[in-house]
Amino acid sequence: MKHMTEEELIAYREGVAEQRAVISEHLAACEECRVELERIEAVLAALDTLPVPDPGADYGRQVWRAIAPRLAEKPVRWWQVWMEPWRLAAAGAVVAMIIAAFVAGRITKPGTTGDNVANKEQVRERVLVVAVGEHLGHSERMLVELSNAAPNDPAQKQVNISAEQRRAEDLLEENRLYRQTALRDGDAGLASVLDELERVLLDVAHSPEEVTPAQLEAIQRKIEERGILFKVRVVNKELQQRQEATKPAPAQNESAKRERNKV
Amino acid sequence: MNRMQPSVESTQAIAESDAIAVERTLAGDRDAYRVLVERHSRNVFRLAYRMTGNRHDAEEVVQEAFLRGYQKLGQFAARSNFGTWVYRIAANYAIDRMRQRQKEEARRETPRAEDSDGMENDPLNRVKDEAPTPERLTQSIELRKQMEQALAALSDAERTAFVMRHWEGCGIEEIAGVLKSSSNATKNTVFRAVQKLRRALQPFVETRAQARAMGTES
Repeated sequence: MKHMTEEELIAYREGVAEQRAVISEHLAACEECRVELERIEAVLAALDTLPVPDPGADYGRQVWRAIAPRLAEKPVRWWQVWMEPWRLAAAGAVVAMIIAAFVAGRITKPGTTGDNVANKEQVRERVLVVAVGEHLGHSERMLVELSNAAPNDPAQKQVNISAEQRRAEDLLEENRLYRQTALRDGDAGLASVLDELERVLLDVAHSPEEVTPAQLEAIQRKIEERGILFKVRVVNKELQQRQEATKPAPAQNESAKRERNKV
Repeated sequence: MNRMQPSVESTQAIAESDAIAVERTLAGDRDAYRVLVERHSRNVFRLAYRMTGNRHDAEEVVQEAFLRGYQKLGQFAARSNFGTWVYRIAANYAIDRMRQRQKEEARRETPRAEDSDGMENDPLNRVKDEAPTPERLTQSIELRKQMEQALAALSDAERTAFVMRHWEGCGIEEIAGVLKSSSNATKNTVFRAVQKLRRALQPFVETRAQARAMGTES
């Protein structure tokens, strides 16, 4: 008797076999193949025991709260995408920029194209560096406050961390955007620290509003063990240095300009 | 398969109610989208968690799937099932997220000597390296760790195909759409995934079964 292949048995088990009836018939008559199928099923049954955490009954509402501020007023039908005022305005702005760049190119000296591209990149980077720097500063302050939080009275059973929790929720969205931007820009170091920060912010955002001193201590320990405050400070310092490095060069002095105009 | 199988009537009722919510959202009632988010978030989370293997990424996948779903809702009108559609968006984003994560981790890790031939990615080799001892195998937690490692060792396409087919009960065409592959190639991917999982886990599963039969597992 020709036995079923492993591929046929797996396809049968996963419901994607083409000749299901033929395999069924064979299995009814062949013990060897039945045993083989049972061995496959035992592995799959073990995998079925892997748990998926329950995100909670309120999860749908949490997702809505997180995404609602980022939704536009109205989604658009595909043909409307190209007719939206902002898109038309953006297209107009691009055309205007191209015209302006062309005119500027006509009236300025040659040999500056590379400089302009470099300048635009510098401006973009400077804006991003300042924004991320501010974000890291806010995150650092929130984490420091949380790390220093303690019950006012040793007998206190609950500590309210709702303020830190709300700030963590706000920072979380910003953090996600900055991390994605850093990844797109190939800044792996920054993306990695933002990723670690995101995990800490997520933990804080998902903590109860009121925690027991033991729970608070566990959160503080987690912050300390991950060394996130130190990493945030180091990256923030690096960003400040980058900010300095991308500052526009001081304007040329008048005598230099006169010298150049003589040429 | 673990996917909840609602009755035909309730599936139809949900699909009709989803279609109304989609139309209302497209007409400018943003709160109608809330109904869709609240209804489908938990299912999308389950898919995302199984694909990414961690809660943090899963939550990001869920949010991004609904954001993208809203932005692309105009393209959905001709389709019939919002749940399936948002599932597909989530699966696609989860694949992107897994790739990003792998790149991040590759950058973080110091290259090891065995990386050069890719042998460490083969679950078979890892099983040999971590030969199970009876003590370790008596612990269910050890099997769980092995299962997580075996799933993590699958390629993105294999993991996606396995999760969507085995756990979520998705059709081959639906999975093929996510993987941008043909039906036959997708079936083959499901097969490869199960085969790799089997080779990595069978010794552990059988040893545990023997230990259970002898009454030595707690």
